[in-house]
Amino acid sequence: MAIIPNPHKTTGFLGWIDDRFPATKLWKDHLSEYYAPKNFNFWYYFGSLALLVLVNQLITGIVLAMAYKPGAETSFDSVQYIMRDVSWGWLIRYLHAAGASAFFLVVYLHMFRGILYGSHRKPRELVWIFGALIFLVLMAEGFCGYVLPWGNMSYWGAQVILSLFGTIPYIGHGLQVWIQGDYTPADATINRLFSLHVVALPFVLVGLVIAHLIALHEVGSNNPDGIEIKKKKDPTTHIPLDGIPFHPYYTVKDIVGVTVFLILFSAVIFFAPEGGGYVLEKPNFMPANPQVTPDEIAPSWYFCVFYAMLRAVPSAFGTQIWGVIVMFAAVLILFFLPWLDRSPVKSIRYKGPIFKVAVVIFALDFLMLSYLGMHKPSPLFTAMARFGTFYYFLFFLGMPIYTRIDKTKPEPERVTA
Amino acid sequence: MSPKKTMRNIKGVALVLTGLLLAAPAAYAEDEVKTLPFADNAGNTVSVQRGARDFMAYCSGCHSLKYLRYNRIGQDLGISDDLLKQNLIFSGVKVGEPIVSAIPAKSAEDWFGRVPPDLSLETKARSPEWVYSYLMGFYLDSSRPFGVNNLYLANVAMPAVLGELQGWQVKVEEGKGEHQEGLPLKLAQPGSMTPEEYQAFVTDLTNFMVYAAEPNAKDRVSTGWNVMFYLIFLLLPLTYFLKKEFWRDVH
Repeated sequence: MAIIPNPHKTTGFLGWIDDRFPATKLWKDHLSEYYAPKNFNFWYYFGSLALLVLVNQLITGIVLAMAYKPGAETSFDSVQYIMRDVSWGWLIRYLHAAGASAFFLVVYLHMFRGILYGSHRKPRELVWIFGALIFLVLMAEGFCGYVLPWGNMSYWGAQVILSLFGTIPYIGHGLQVWIQGDYTPADATINRLFSLHVVALPFVLVGLVIAHLIALHEVGSNNPDGIEIKKKKDPTTHIPLDGIPFHPYYTVKDIVGVTVFLILFSAVIFFAPEGGGYVLEKPNFMPANPQVTPDEIAPSWYFCVFYAMLRAVPSAFGTQIWGVIVMFAAVLILFFLPWLDRSPVKSIRYKGPIFKVAVVIFALDFLMLSYLGMHKPSPLFTAMARFGTFYYFLFFLGMPIYTRIDKTKPEPERVTA
Repeated sequence: MSPKKTMRNIKGVALVLTGLLLAAPAAYAEDEVKTLPFADNAGNTVSVQRGARDFMAYCSGCHSLKYLRYNRIGQDLGISDDLLKQNLIFSGVKVGEPIVSAIPAKSAEDWFGRVPPDLSLETKARSPEWVYSYLMGFYLDSSRPFGVNNLYLANVAMPAVLGELQGWQVKVEEGKGEHQEGLPLKLAQPGSMTPEEYQAFVTDLTNFMVYAAEPNAKDRVSTGWNVMFYLIFLLLPLTYFLKKEFWRDVH
């Protein structure tokens, strides 16, 4: 039976493939003929870096799972077995542990880039929403992974997070016990969190990352000027005048970013693998012990913004659920960002002074809340956390108003250098 | 403000804030009594060897190092299997076995009120400074079952095993101690070692425990220098110039 020749006119082995599978088409659509704006700056490294860290987590995670034994009696010992008896096990484990911190760091910077340049604005709403879903799944993934070494902070962290479910009226306690599989975090809890951490959540995560990229490549990348390069195309080739093929231009550029990242990452892995207590906490060098509460139960640094909000909200009407609601609202509000921003321009470069001030204070606020979440509460710290939480929501909820009244500058026709 | 300037300002602010955040002290590490200054040096093989010998003699009766194997110490510290068997292994186990104390958990609980903790990761769970200070911090306290208490771990269950060496200290008012670093402790009855000898003894012991908490720390650091060399002097220039070459035609 004759076959319809593929439109790329490839021959030989590749031609045989292309007649049956869109290999060349995928390559062109996503790399060699995906036209990205030529004016990407520093902030645009973090997307490819997030992908790099994801691959790092997947590969090191697969290797760790070969020697790790989930279970209340085995987890802690098997981690030390990996650290001491498995060849290069220490390196794999440090790569995975520090990789988790790197993942959040890179993702936060990637998200902040989106806020700066309006990457969530029409037509990229779904790119942003897939991204926000990735962030949500990543938080669940990070939490599950954190519990697995079954150190004392793992145990108490699990206790705190799982008890959040217990704050739900009526069904809370039953739900918590059902999720935990026991009355406190225990053997059953580790095994189910392990299952989620290595099967369910990575599966969802990778799927969402693919959706994020498909959506991005459908609409095209934004850029620091926040203007659409597709509006100005070469009349004969129909290639955007300010676009350059992702491959080879951004592949070679991103590799430079990857190298710089690897230098910083390796400095942590080899010379400070505990990251000054931010990557591996001191209490986690003791096995889980329900009888010994750590001096201060603080989650990993990357959750501390949300933890500070959780603690800042007082209980009322005999329930602590308000803090939980506020904490989840802080993540959920991200999903609405594309519609909260009503500015006629996308990029901070052409936005007015109100937005510029608001976003700088937002960054400061984010860091302040992180700091507060890591430290023991005091009356002053609680007051600061309350103010910080208020501002976090004000930044988003006030956006429809202040972006509209803000004095913007005209956007350029073509991207600027 | 020009776009370039805005970017620079934002980058500057971000950098300063990240710096502040990283400089913030970690949340735990707040001990009630300030630890003594101590510079651990697990790279000092001779000190770690002495520490290993002393740990086996004074500590291993009750405390395990269950994540460390005898012959791992041998390999890392240059001690032959025969020497290990003659001088360090008191329980008659094979050289490839982990260091497990001879004390049965049940008896330990009866005698001390709790099982002596495994010390494999103690210097990481607390800190080398803390371990050093703790071993300096025992003092006589007749209200306690073993007649001693510790400045760094109040109402400790452990007896002052090293008291014969250090001598017996008593607690005095803040600032009245004759101890170095202003600890409120005074030597009431000297031990078999001078204070300097005892400090050196505890230094060796702590260095050994730092080693035991991460036996491959030395490999890690030396591998790290190779990786850094490769990344900075080979990969970075290569990728940088590759990018420059490809981007020559982008205007």
